[in-house]
Amino acid sequence: MNARDSGARAGRTVYRIRWLPGTDRLHASCFCGAEREFEDPVVLWDWLLGHPEGHLPGPAAAQDSPAPAAALV
Amino acid sequence: MIVTEFARNQWYVAAYGHEVGRRQLGRTILNEPILLYRTEDGRAVAMADRCVHRRFPLSESPSHLVGDRVVCGYHGFTYGPDGVCVAVPAQQRIPRTARLRTFPVVEQDSFVWVWIGDREPGDVLPPRAPWLVSPDYATVCGMEPLNARYGLLVDNLLDLSHETYLHGGYIGTPEVAETPITTEVDEDAGVVYVSRHMDDAACPPFYAESTGIKGRITRWQDIEYHPPCLYLLHSRIAPVGSPPPADDGTDSHAFHVEVVYAITPSTENSTYDFWAVARDFALDDEKVSDFLRDSNRTVVLQDVTALNTLEQVIAAEPDRYQELSVNIDTGGLAARRLLARMAGSAPAQTAVR
Repeated sequence: MNARDSGARAGRTVYRIRWLPGTDRLHASCFCGAEREFEDPVVLWDWLLGHPEGHLPGPAAAQDSPAPAAALV
Repeated sequence: MIVTEFARNQWYVAAYGHEVGRRQLGRTILNEPILLYRTEDGRAVAMADRCVHRRFPLSESPSHLVGDRVVCGYHGFTYGPDGVCVAVPAQQRIPRTARLRTFPVVEQDSFVWVWIGDREPGDVLPPRAPWLVSPDYATVCGMEPLNARYGLLVDNLLDLSHETYLHGGYIGTPEVAETPITTEVDEDAGVVYVSRHMDDAACPPFYAESTGIKGRITRWQDIEYHPPCLYLLHSRIAPVGSPPPADDGTDSHAFHVEVVYAITPSTENSTYDFWAVARDFALDDEKVSDFLRDSNRTVVLQDVTALNTLEQVIAAEPDRYQELSVNIDTGGLAARRLLARMAGSAPAQTAVR
Protein backbone atom coordinates (compact mmCIF):
# COMPACT_ATOMS: atom_id res chain seq x y z
CA MET A 1 0.00 0.00 0.00
CA ASN A 2 1.41 3.39 -0.85
CA ALA A 3 0.19 6.89 -1.46
CA ARG A 4 -0.40 6.18 -5.13
CA ASP A 5 -2.60 3.18 -4.43
CA SER A 6 -4.51 4.90 -1.64
CA GLY A 7 -5.34 7.75 -3.97
CA ALA A 8 -6.68 5.30 -6.53
CA ARG A 9 -9.02 3.87 -3.92
CA ALA A 10 -10.39 7.27 -2.86
CA GLY A 11 -14.18 7.39 -2.87
CA ARG A 12 -14.54 3.65 -2.39
CA THR A 13 -15.75 1.72 0.61
CA VAL A 14 -12.34 1.54 2.22
CA TYR A 15 -11.40 1.09 5.85
CA ARG A 16 -7.92 2.25 6.90
CA ILE A 17 -6.08 1.35 10.08
CA ARG A 18 -2.77 2.95 10.95
CA TRP A 19 -0.62 1.80 13.83
CA LEU A 20 0.56 5.06 15.37
CA PRO A 21 4.39 5.02 15.48
CA GLY A 22 5.89 4.87 18.92
CA THR A 23 2.62 3.82 20.53
CA ASP A 24 0.45 0.74 20.90
CA ARG A 25 -2.55 2.59 19.47
CA LEU A 26 -4.40 1.98 16.23
CA HIS A 27 -6.00 4.83 14.31
CA ALA A 28 -9.10 3.72 12.42
CA SER A 29 -10.67 5.63 9.52
CA CYS A 30 -14.07 4.70 8.13
CA PHE A 31 -15.03 5.39 4.52
CA CYS A 32 -17.63 7.83 5.89
CA GLY A 33 -14.89 10.05 7.33
CA ALA A 34 -15.26 9.00 10.96
CA GLU A 35 -12.02 8.39 12.81
CA ARG A 36 -11.18 6.90 16.17
CA GLU A 37 -8.24 5.43 18.07
CA PHE A 38 -8.16 2.00 19.69
CA GLU A 39 -5.85 -0.29 21.61
CA ASP A 40 -7.55 -3.51 20.56
CA PRO A 41 -7.99 -4.55 16.91
CA VAL A 42 -11.07 -6.66 17.72
CA VAL A 43 -12.87 -3.69 19.27
CA LEU A 44 -11.62 -1.55 16.38
CA TRP A 45 -13.19 -3.83 13.78
CA ASP A 46 -16.44 -3.96 15.76
CA TRP A 47 -16.57 -0.16 15.59
CA LEU A 48 -15.63 0.11 11.90
CA LEU A 49 -18.12 -2.54 10.84
CA GLY A 50 -20.78 -1.01 13.04
CA HIS A 51 -21.01 1.91 10.61
CA PRO A 52 -22.95 4.18 10.82
CA GLU A 53 -23.49 3.68 14.53
CA GLY A 54 -21.28 6.10 16.43
CA HIS A 55 -19.56 7.30 13.28
CA LEU A 56 -19.37 11.06 13.46
CA PRO A 57 -17.17 12.57 10.72
CA GLY A 58 -14.21 14.44 12.09
CA PRO A 59 -10.76 14.09 13.56
CA ALA A 60 -10.01 11.08 15.66
CA ALA A 61 -11.14 11.27 19.22
CA ALA A 62 -8.33 10.17 21.51
CA GLN A 63 -10.50 7.66 23.28
CA ASP A 64 -9.40 4.65 25.13
CA SER A 65 -10.66 1.33 23.98
CA PRO A 66 -13.88 0.47 25.82
CA ALA A 67 -12.85 -3.16 26.02
CA PRO A 68 -9.94 -4.94 27.68
CA ALA A 69 -6.94 -5.79 25.54
CA ALA A 70 -7.70 -9.49 25.78
CA ALA A 71 -10.93 -10.77 24.33
CA LEU A 72 -12.54 -14.13 23.91
CA VAL A 73 -12.47 -14.94 20.24
CA MET B 1 -12.05 -17.58 15.05
CA ILE B 2 -10.17 -19.07 12.14
CA VAL B 3 -12.51 -19.58 9.22
CA THR B 4 -12.99 -23.25 8.42
CA GLU B 5 -15.92 -23.08 6.02
CA PHE B 6 -15.18 -23.09 2.30
CA ALA B 7 -16.00 -20.18 0.03
CA ARG B 8 -17.68 -21.75 -2.97
CA ASN B 9 -18.37 -20.08 -6.30
CA GLN B 10 -14.79 -18.86 -6.43
CA TRP B 11 -11.68 -19.46 -8.52
CA TYR B 12 -8.96 -21.64 -6.98
CA VAL B 13 -5.51 -22.56 -8.21
CA ALA B 14 -5.56 -26.28 -8.97
CA ALA B 15 -2.06 -26.61 -10.41
CA TYR B 16 0.74 -24.89 -12.24
CA GLY B 17 0.35 -25.04 -15.98
CA HIS B 18 3.51 -27.13 -16.25
CA GLU B 19 1.97 -29.79 -13.99
CA VAL B 20 -0.94 -30.37 -16.35
CA GLY B 21 -0.06 -32.34 -19.44
CA ARG B 22 -0.77 -35.52 -21.34
CA ARG B 23 -0.85 -37.54 -18.15
CA GLN B 24 -3.70 -37.27 -15.68
CA LEU B 25 -3.26 -35.21 -12.54
CA GLY B 26 -5.57 -35.66 -9.55
CA ARG B 27 -6.18 -32.86 -7.04
CA THR B 28 -8.82 -32.56 -4.32
CA ILE B 29 -10.16 -29.02 -4.01
CA LEU B 30 -12.85 -28.09 -1.49
CA ASN B 31 -13.39 -31.82 -1.03
CA GLU B 32 -14.03 -32.25 -4.78
CA PRO B 33 -11.78 -34.88 -6.41
CA ILE B 34 -10.75 -33.30 -9.69
CA LEU B 35 -9.02 -34.79 -12.74
CA LEU B 36 -6.85 -32.45 -14.80
CA TYR B 37 -5.21 -33.08 -18.16
CA ARG B 38 -4.50 -31.42 -21.49
CA THR B 39 -6.23 -32.24 -24.73
CA GLU B 40 -4.08 -32.84 -27.78
CA ASP B 41 -4.48 -29.21 -28.81
CA GLY B 42 -3.06 -28.09 -25.43
CA ARG B 43 -6.26 -27.09 -23.65
CA ALA B 44 -6.39 -27.80 -19.91
CA VAL B 45 -9.61 -29.51 -18.79
CA ALA B 46 -10.98 -30.38 -15.35
CA MET B 47 -13.65 -32.90 -14.45
CA ALA B 48 -14.73 -35.16 -11.62
CA ASP B 49 -12.02 -37.67 -10.78
CA ARG B 50 -14.40 -40.57 -10.20
CA CYS B 51 -15.77 -42.97 -12.78
CA VAL B 52 -19.58 -42.91 -12.67
CA HIS B 53 -19.60 -46.71 -12.63
CA ARG B 54 -17.75 -47.82 -9.48
CA ARG B 55 -16.00 -44.57 -8.53
CA PHE B 56 -12.51 -45.60 -9.56
CA PRO B 57 -10.24 -42.50 -9.77
CA LEU B 58 -9.58 -41.57 -13.38
CA SER B 59 -6.30 -39.99 -12.35
CA GLU B 60 -4.98 -43.32 -11.04
CA SER B 61 -3.17 -45.93 -13.08
CA PRO B 62 -4.17 -47.99 -14.99
CA SER B 63 -6.67 -45.28 -16.04
CA HIS B 64 -5.12 -43.54 -19.04
CA LEU B 65 -5.62 -41.09 -21.88
CA VAL B 66 -6.40 -42.11 -25.44
CA GLY B 67 -6.32 -38.99 -27.55
CA ASP B 68 -8.54 -36.45 -25.81
CA ARG B 69 -10.43 -39.17 -23.92
CA VAL B 70 -9.80 -40.72 -20.53
CA VAL B 71 -10.35 -44.45 -20.08
CA CYS B 72 -11.14 -45.78 -16.62
CA GLY B 73 -8.55 -48.34 -15.60
CA TYR B 74 -11.09 -50.53 -13.81
CA HIS B 75 -13.79 -51.42 -16.40
CA GLY B 76 -13.01 -49.21 -19.39
CA PHE B 77 -15.70 -46.53 -19.17
CA THR B 78 -14.44 -43.80 -21.50
CA TYR B 79 -15.11 -40.06 -21.27
CA GLY B 80 -14.53 -37.09 -23.54
CA PRO B 81 -13.05 -33.77 -22.38
CA ASP B 82 -16.62 -32.51 -21.96
CA GLY B 83 -17.20 -35.23 -19.34
CA VAL B 84 -19.63 -37.15 -21.50
CA CYS B 85 -19.24 -40.93 -21.45
CA VAL B 86 -18.62 -42.22 -24.97
CA ALA B 87 -17.99 -45.91 -24.33
CA VAL B 88 -19.33 -48.49 -21.89
CA PRO B 89 -17.88 -52.00 -21.88
CA ALA B 90 -19.80 -54.74 -23.72
CA GLN B 91 -22.93 -52.75 -24.53
CA GLN B 92 -24.19 -50.29 -27.12
CA ARG B 93 -26.42 -48.17 -24.93
CA ILE B 94 -24.72 -45.47 -22.88
CA PRO B 95 -26.81 -44.50 -19.85
CA ARG B 96 -27.98 -40.89 -20.01
CA THR B 97 -26.52 -40.18 -16.59
CA ALA B 98 -23.06 -41.43 -17.56
CA ARG B 99 -21.46 -38.02 -17.47
CA LEU B 100 -18.71 -36.51 -15.35
CA ARG B 101 -19.16 -33.11 -13.83
CA THR B 102 -16.81 -30.62 -15.49
CA PHE B 103 -15.29 -27.51 -13.96
CA PRO B 104 -14.61 -24.17 -15.67
CA VAL B 105 -10.87 -23.63 -16.22
CA VAL B 106 -8.81 -20.49 -16.79
CA GLU B 107 -5.09 -20.72 -17.42
CA GLN B 108 -3.47 -17.47 -16.40
CA ASP B 109 -0.13 -16.26 -15.04
CA SER B 110 1.30 -19.82 -14.97
CA PHE B 111 -1.61 -21.11 -12.86
CA VAL B 112 -4.48 -23.41 -13.83
CA TRP B 113 -7.49 -21.93 -12.07
CA VAL B 114 -10.61 -24.01 -11.50
CA TRP B 115 -14.01 -22.61 -10.58
CA ILE B 116 -15.62 -24.49 -7.71
CA GLY B 117 -19.28 -23.73 -7.25
CA ASP B 118 -22.89 -24.36 -8.05
CA ARG B 119 -23.21 -21.62 -10.65
CA GLU B 120 -21.09 -20.55 -13.62
CA PRO B 121 -18.42 -17.86 -13.17
CA GLY B 122 -19.92 -15.65 -15.88
CA ASP B 123 -17.54 -12.77 -16.49
CA VAL B 124 -15.74 -13.21 -13.16
CA LEU B 125 -12.06 -13.92 -13.78
CA PRO B 126 -9.33 -14.95 -11.33
CA PRO B 127 -7.14 -12.19 -9.88
CA ARG B 128 -3.82 -11.57 -11.62
CA ALA B 129 -0.18 -12.27 -10.80
CA PRO B 130 1.41 -11.10 -14.07
CA TRP B 131 5.03 -11.14 -12.84
CA LEU B 132 5.06 -14.92 -12.94
CA VAL B 133 5.03 -14.92 -16.74
CA SER B 134 6.61 -11.54 -17.43
CA PRO B 135 9.86 -11.49 -19.46
CA ASP B 136 11.03 -8.74 -17.11
CA TYR B 137 11.05 -11.14 -14.17
CA ALA B 138 12.66 -14.49 -13.37
CA THR B 139 10.47 -16.85 -11.35
CA VAL B 140 10.99 -19.90 -9.18
CA CYS B 141 8.02 -21.78 -7.77
CA GLY B 142 6.76 -24.86 -5.99
CA MET B 143 3.89 -26.34 -4.03
CA GLU B 144 3.94 -27.91 -0.59
CA PRO B 145 0.99 -29.88 0.80
CA LEU B 146 -0.10 -28.62 4.19
CA ASN B 147 -1.89 -30.83 6.72
CA ALA B 148 -3.75 -27.91 8.21
CA ARG B 149 -6.91 -25.91 7.57
CA TYR B 150 -6.46 -23.13 5.04
CA GLY B 151 -7.34 -20.42 7.55
CA LEU B 152 -4.09 -21.09 9.38
CA LEU B 153 -2.10 -20.28 6.25
CA VAL B 154 -4.13 -17.10 5.70
CA ASP B 155 -3.39 -16.02 9.28
CA ASN B 156 0.28 -16.84 8.77
CA LEU B 157 0.70 -14.85 5.58
CA LEU B 158 -1.29 -11.80 6.69
CA ASP B 159 0.98 -11.29 9.71
CA LEU B 160 4.60 -11.30 8.61
CA SER B 161 5.93 -10.44 12.07
CA HIS B 162 6.32 -14.20 12.43
CA GLU B 163 9.27 -13.98 10.01
CA THR B 164 11.44 -12.68 12.85
CA TYR B 165 10.89 -15.78 14.94
CA LEU B 166 9.99 -18.64 12.61
CA HIS B 167 12.22 -17.65 9.68
CA GLY B 168 15.24 -16.08 11.39
CA GLY B 169 18.38 -16.63 9.33
CA TYR B 170 16.37 -16.68 6.09
CA ILE B 171 13.93 -13.78 5.72
CA GLY B 172 13.41 -12.66 9.31
CA THR B 173 15.22 -9.85 11.07
CA PRO B 174 14.31 -8.01 14.29
CA GLU B 175 12.93 -5.02 12.36
CA VAL B 176 10.05 -7.01 10.85
CA ALA B 177 8.42 -7.68 14.19
CA GLU B 178 9.33 -4.22 15.50
CA THR B 179 7.83 -2.14 12.69
CA PRO B 180 4.17 -1.06 12.88
CA ILE B 181 1.84 -1.96 10.02
CA THR B 182 -0.87 -0.14 8.18
CA THR B 183 -3.97 -2.01 7.05
CA GLU B 184 -6.55 -1.20 4.41
CA VAL B 185 -9.65 -3.10 3.40
CA ASP B 186 -11.30 -2.27 0.10
CA GLU B 187 -14.82 -3.56 0.60
CA ASP B 188 -15.83 -2.95 -3.01
CA ALA B 189 -12.93 -4.93 -4.46
CA GLY B 190 -12.77 -7.44 -1.60
CA VAL B 191 -9.03 -6.91 -1.07
CA VAL B 192 -6.98 -6.65 2.13
CA TYR B 193 -3.78 -4.58 2.06
CA VAL B 194 -1.17 -4.76 4.83
CA SER B 195 2.00 -2.71 4.63
CA ARG B 196 5.17 -2.63 6.66
CA HIS B 197 7.84 -0.17 5.57
CA MET B 198 11.20 -0.54 7.31
CA ASP B 199 13.46 2.48 6.76
CA ASP B 200 16.68 1.01 8.14
CA ALA B 201 16.80 -2.74 8.58
CA ALA B 202 19.28 -5.58 8.55
CA CYS B 203 19.40 -7.38 5.22
CA PRO B 204 18.41 -11.03 5.73
CA PRO B 205 20.36 -13.72 3.86
CA PHE B 206 17.45 -14.27 1.43
CA TYR B 207 18.00 -10.77 0.01
CA ALA B 208 21.70 -10.27 0.78
CA GLU B 209 22.72 -13.37 -1.15
CA SER B 210 20.39 -12.74 -4.08
CA THR B 211 20.95 -8.98 -4.53
CA GLY B 212 24.55 -8.66 -3.36
CA ILE B 213 23.67 -5.86 -0.94
CA LYS B 214 26.19 -5.83 1.90
CA GLY B 215 24.83 -3.18 4.26
CA ARG B 216 21.53 -2.18 5.77
CA ILE B 217 18.43 -1.79 3.66
CA THR B 218 15.16 -0.04 3.21
CA ARG B 219 12.67 -2.92 3.13
CA TRP B 220 9.04 -2.54 2.13
CA GLN B 221 6.50 -5.31 2.49
CA ASP B 222 3.21 -4.53 0.78
CA ILE B 223 0.68 -7.35 1.01
CA GLU B 224 -2.32 -7.58 -1.27
CA TYR B 225 -4.66 -10.45 -0.41
CA HIS B 226 -7.45 -11.34 -2.80
CA PRO B 227 -9.50 -13.82 -0.81
CA PRO B 228 -9.96 -16.64 -0.88
CA CYS B 229 -7.00 -17.87 -2.91
CA LEU B 230 -4.44 -15.33 -4.11
CA TYR B 231 -1.86 -13.60 -1.91
CA LEU B 232 0.69 -11.15 -3.27
CA LEU B 233 3.65 -9.74 -1.36
CA HIS B 234 5.28 -6.82 -3.15
CA SER B 235 8.75 -6.72 -1.63
CA ARG B 236 11.02 -3.71 -2.28
CA ILE B 237 14.66 -3.84 -1.19
CA ALA B 238 17.14 -0.98 -1.54
CA PRO B 239 20.34 0.11 0.21
CA VAL B 240 19.62 2.69 2.90
CA GLY B 241 19.82 6.16 1.36
CA SER B 242 18.62 5.10 -2.09
CA PRO B 243 16.06 7.40 -3.74
CA PRO B 244 12.40 6.42 -3.34
CA PRO B 245 10.28 5.43 -6.35
CA ALA B 246 9.60 8.24 -8.81
CA ASP B 247 6.13 9.70 -9.20
CA ASP B 248 5.72 7.80 -12.46
CA GLY B 249 6.31 4.52 -10.63
CA THR B 250 9.81 3.84 -11.93
CA ASP B 251 12.14 2.60 -9.20
CA SER B 252 15.51 1.82 -10.72
CA HIS B 253 17.44 2.06 -7.44
CA ALA B 254 15.62 -0.82 -5.78
CA PHE B 255 15.32 -4.58 -6.16
CA HIS B 256 11.80 -5.93 -6.46
CA VAL B 257 10.59 -9.38 -5.52
CA GLU B 258 7.00 -10.44 -6.03
CA VAL B 259 6.18 -13.29 -3.68
CA VAL B 260 2.97 -15.02 -4.71
CA TYR B 261 1.01 -17.63 -2.79
CA ALA B 262 -2.10 -19.48 -3.84
CA ILE B 263 -3.96 -20.86 -0.86
CA THR B 264 -6.17 -23.69 -2.07
CA PRO B 265 -8.21 -25.63 0.48
CA SER B 266 -8.13 -29.34 -0.22
CA THR B 267 -10.13 -30.75 2.68
CA GLU B 268 -11.21 -29.33 6.04
CA ASN B 269 -7.72 -29.96 7.40
CA SER B 270 -5.43 -29.96 4.37
CA THR B 271 -4.34 -27.25 1.97
CA TYR B 272 -2.24 -26.81 -1.15
CA ASP B 273 0.41 -24.17 -0.48
CA PHE B 274 1.48 -22.90 -3.92
CA TRP B 275 4.40 -20.45 -3.75
CA ALA B 276 6.31 -18.46 -6.33
CA VAL B 277 9.10 -15.88 -6.14
CA ALA B 278 9.55 -13.51 -9.09
CA ARG B 279 12.48 -11.06 -9.20
CA ASP B 280 13.39 -8.19 -11.49
CA PHE B 281 17.18 -8.61 -11.14
CA ALA B 282 19.81 -11.23 -12.03
CA LEU B 283 17.31 -12.59 -14.52
CA ASP B 284 19.69 -15.05 -16.16
CA ASP B 285 21.67 -16.05 -13.07
CA GLU B 286 20.85 -19.69 -12.36
CA LYS B 287 22.71 -19.56 -9.06
CA VAL B 288 20.36 -16.85 -7.84
CA SER B 289 17.38 -18.88 -9.04
CA ASP B 290 18.64 -21.99 -7.25
CA PHE B 291 19.32 -20.03 -4.07
CA LEU B 292 15.89 -18.36 -4.01
CA ARG B 293 14.13 -21.64 -4.83
CA ASP B 294 15.93 -23.52 -2.04
CA SER B 295 15.57 -20.68 0.46
CA ASN B 296 11.89 -20.03 -0.15
CA ARG B 297 11.08 -23.73 -0.07
CA THR B 298 12.88 -23.96 3.26
CA VAL B 299 10.86 -21.02 4.55
CA VAL B 300 7.61 -22.57 3.31
CA LEU B 301 8.49 -25.87 4.96
CA GLN B 302 9.16 -24.04 8.23
CA ASP B 303 5.60 -22.70 7.97
CA VAL B 304 4.28 -26.15 7.04
CA THR B 305 5.90 -27.73 10.09
CA ALA B 306 4.54 -25.05 12.41
CA LEU B 307 1.04 -25.03 10.94
CA ASN B 308 0.80 -28.83 10.90
CA THR B 309 1.57 -28.73 14.62
CA LEU B 310 -0.96 -25.94 15.17
CA GLU B 311 -3.63 -27.92 13.32
CA GLN B 312 -3.13 -30.85 15.67
CA VAL B 313 -3.43 -28.56 18.68
CA ILE B 314 -6.52 -26.72 17.46
CA ALA B 315 -8.26 -29.89 16.29
CA ALA B 316 -7.96 -31.27 19.81
CA GLU B 317 -9.39 -28.16 21.48
CA PRO B 318 -13.02 -27.22 22.11
CA ASP B 319 -14.91 -25.45 19.32
CA ARG B 320 -14.59 -22.05 20.93
CA TYR B 321 -11.00 -22.11 22.07
CA GLN B 322 -9.52 -18.90 23.35
CA GLU B 323 -6.99 -16.81 21.49
CA LEU B 324 -5.76 -13.27 21.81
CA SER B 325 -5.53 -10.80 18.95
CA VAL B 326 -3.17 -7.82 19.12
CA ASN B 327 -2.13 -5.03 16.77
CA ILE B 328 -0.13 -7.27 14.41
CA ASP B 329 -3.35 -9.21 13.71
CA THR B 330 -5.30 -6.28 12.29
CA GLY B 331 -4.93 -7.49 8.69
CA GLY B 332 -5.53 -11.13 9.57
CA LEU B 333 -8.77 -10.22 11.33
CA ALA B 334 -9.91 -8.39 8.21
CA ALA B 335 -9.10 -11.42 6.07
CA ARG B 336 -11.04 -13.71 8.39
CA ARG B 337 -14.07 -11.45 8.12
CA LEU B 338 -13.99 -11.35 4.32
CA LEU B 339 -13.53 -15.13 4.13
CA ALA B 340 -16.42 -15.74 6.54
CA ARG B 341 -18.62 -13.50 4.43
CA MET B 342 -17.60 -15.29 1.22
CA ALA B 343 -18.24 -18.65 2.87
CA GLY B 344 -21.67 -17.49 3.92
CA SER B 345 -20.98 -18.00 7.59
CA ALA B 346 -21.14 -14.34 8.59
CA PRO B 347 -23.28 -11.40 7.49
CA ALA B 348 -21.47 -8.51 5.83
CA GLN B 349 -21.39 -6.30 8.88
CA THR B 350 -20.34 -8.85 11.48
CA ALA B 351 -16.83 -8.75 12.83
CA VAL B 352 -14.89 -11.98 12.90
CA ARG B 353 -12.63 -12.32 15.85
